Amino acid sequence: MKNGVGVAQNIVLFGGTSEIGHAILRKIVKPGVARVALVSRDLDDAALFASEMEDSFPDVEIHHVRYDAADASSMAHVVTEIVSEIGDIDVAVIAQGLLNEGADYYNDPTALIPLAEVNFTSTMVLLYALAQQMKLQGYGKTVLLSSVAGERVRKGNPAYGATKAGIDGFALALDHELVGSGASILVVRPGFVTTKMTTGMKKAPFSTDAESVAKVVESGIASGKKVVWAPSLLRWMFLILKSVPLPIWRKLPL
Amino acid sequence: MALQRLSGWGRTAWTVADLFHTNDVHEMQGIIDGSGPRGVIARGLGRSYGAAAQNAGGNVIEITAEGDPNGIDAFLDSATGELDVASSVSLDSILRMSVPRGWFVPVTPGTRFITVGGAIASDVHGKNHHFDGSFGQHVSSITLMLASGEIVEMTPQSHPEWFWATVGGMGLTGIVLRAKVRMLRIESSRVRVETERLVNFDAVCEAMSSDGADNDYRYSVCWIDLLATGSSMGRGVLTRGEHASVADVKDDDVLAYDPRLKVPAPGWVPNGLLNKWSIKAFNEVWYRKAPATRHVSIESIPQFFHPLDGVHQWNRLYGKQGFIQYQFIVPLDRIDVLRAVIETFSSAGVASFLAVLKRMGAQNLAPMSFPTEGWTLTLDMAAGIKGLPELLAKVDNMVLDAGGRHYLAKDSHVSPTAVRRGYPRLDEWMHTRDSMDPRGLWRSDLARRLGLVSAQHTRENE
Repeated sequence: MKNGVGVAQNIVLFGGTSEIGHAILRKIVKPGVARVALVSRDLDDAALFASEMEDSFPDVEIHHVRYDAADASSMAHVVTEIVSEIGDIDVAVIAQGLLNEGADYYNDPTALIPLAEVNFTSTMVLLYALAQQMKLQGYGKTVLLSSVAGERVRKGNPAYGATKAGIDGFALALDHELVGSGASILVVRPGFVTTKMTTGMKKAPFSTDAESVAKVVESGIASGKKVVWAPSLLRWMFLILKSVPLPIWRKLPL
Repeated sequence: MALQRLSGWGRTAWTVADLFHTNDVHEMQGIIDGSGPRGVIARGLGRSYGAAAQNAGGNVIEITAEGDPNGIDAFLDSATGELDVASSVSLDSILRMSVPRGWFVPVTPGTRFITVGGAIASDVHGKNHHFDGSFGQHVSSITLMLASGEIVEMTPQSHPEWFWATVGGMGLTGIVLRAKVRMLRIESSRVRVETERLVNFDAVCEAMSSDGADNDYRYSVCWIDLLATGSSMGRGVLTRGEHASVADVKDDDVLAYDPRLKVPAPGWVPNGLLNKWSIKAFNEVWYRKAPATRHVSIESIPQFFHPLDGVHQWNRLYGKQGFIQYQFIVPLDRIDVLRAVIETFSSAGVASFLAVLKRMGAQNLAPMSFPTEGWTLTLDMAAGIKGLPELLAKVDNMVLDAGGRHYLAKDSHVSPTAVRRGYPRLDEWMHTRDSMDPRGLWRSDLARRLGLVSAQHTRENE
């Protein structure tokens, strides 16, 4: 559960090496947190962040769990393993994702399979597994990192946008099913975030950074919102952009 | 049975549980038998502030007598003052029956809307702690349903360990079904109250000190203005009293008792209504309202003991964010820590609507009972204040370093380490608790956060 001042006891990060994930944990790990589990493919990559957490919060137990985000069939098992390690999962942050920017899907269409697995299939299985666990707990919050790229899928990286569109819609509907159970999902829609994942890419308008995303997530968890945007202005922009007629949409310099 | 969102009186940290409402022991036994790994906890009127009477993902049995068609299950022996009462009965119901007959509850907290079961589980205290001790000291027998479904009547003589583990045991030893309570003889239903204004914190501590006149008053408590600064820092209004004698009361009916609810709190309140400025204004009025020199008045029981009960659902005044009560105790010689805590909150801009200081008397035999000899300070504050988790962690350590502790019935946030440090007899209590409930059936969100039930982790993940 969370305590009376909004601090969760046990926090799990899926994608234990994600910069946005780290930024979110820096905001939501506070006095009162008992355990943090970093779930990642490469434990060494998460170790640096783990030692940072240990320095800042000596009372918090840090756990490492290894997983392969592309292995959708292992997700339910991963959740069981985490629960046996730390107990209840009070807040789960799902920051696993592939961008595959610049991939040549025309020459190698199969290159999008891992992207679809990580961003969509595997995340969907994970959301169900977490939902089931949190229903049993009578409490739990899953934070899903979606993207504005899913709001209206466009050229450039349609495969990425489509996976985000799919998982975003799925998460909102699943949250609807969970009403009254104590479990809920917060969908986070950042714009272009400057991280190592986007290094070398041309910055899109209204770009943001991991810390700003984390701030929005922290207040979204506290206020019990269903969807948050980073920056929040994007919410109003996309209200318009989604209804722009297709011929005009295609001409927009986005 | 139905899935229900539950919180404590502070309206924070909501979780969902299967909620049952029953006063029937056979039904309770059925619920126990049907309980899964997340266990069961009893709930009364939900007046504990934090997560003591909720159980995320498990079962909660609400045991209250409100609207019971058979009336109130309480028998008062008018000659001896012994009350034999069901745990579901509230102090409110008891007082309505007992005051006109010349008997008062031995201990009442600031609200009369608590059940007898809750009063025992939290071992509540009142303005008379320095004089009479806490609730458990006035209980001569507890009938408890164990995790096995077995029912046992315990007295401090027949089952000393189990009895005192249940007093202050936060419901984690079993379900209190009945109790025998020794009531207090009163001549009238009024209280003779002496009120005085104290210009700063030194004056407050001196007036209430253990070697002064404070010991002569049965009831004594001081309201503190936490927002006063400089030479007025910690100023307060001290009220002390004793049940009035027949001669004090002008009224013909000296035992008349009519506690009516006055105003309901509005249904919706914006989060920021109680803020630094509104509370500062209130404090100024409240302080100035009190007479500058000692003043004697005759007050009714609700006026003196339960002023907040006059506002129905006053807990909604903090809005959707909810609020927390921070209550701790430090030894008598650590006034410096009280002062440091007040300064820490006030320099962080945290305003408290109600800040109350009380000197507590000797500790009783219960390992988890909160009161020990010392000063207890109670503050309430909006749960959504930015930076509150960090601020509270800092203050927690100041309290613990001074040999103090926190009151679990009010607790919203302390760590397992804080309970371990504050309650040196925790292991002894856990050992007794485990002997009464080896499978770890009884559990609550509070127990889960603080690790009070040792079998919890393994059992929940079977």
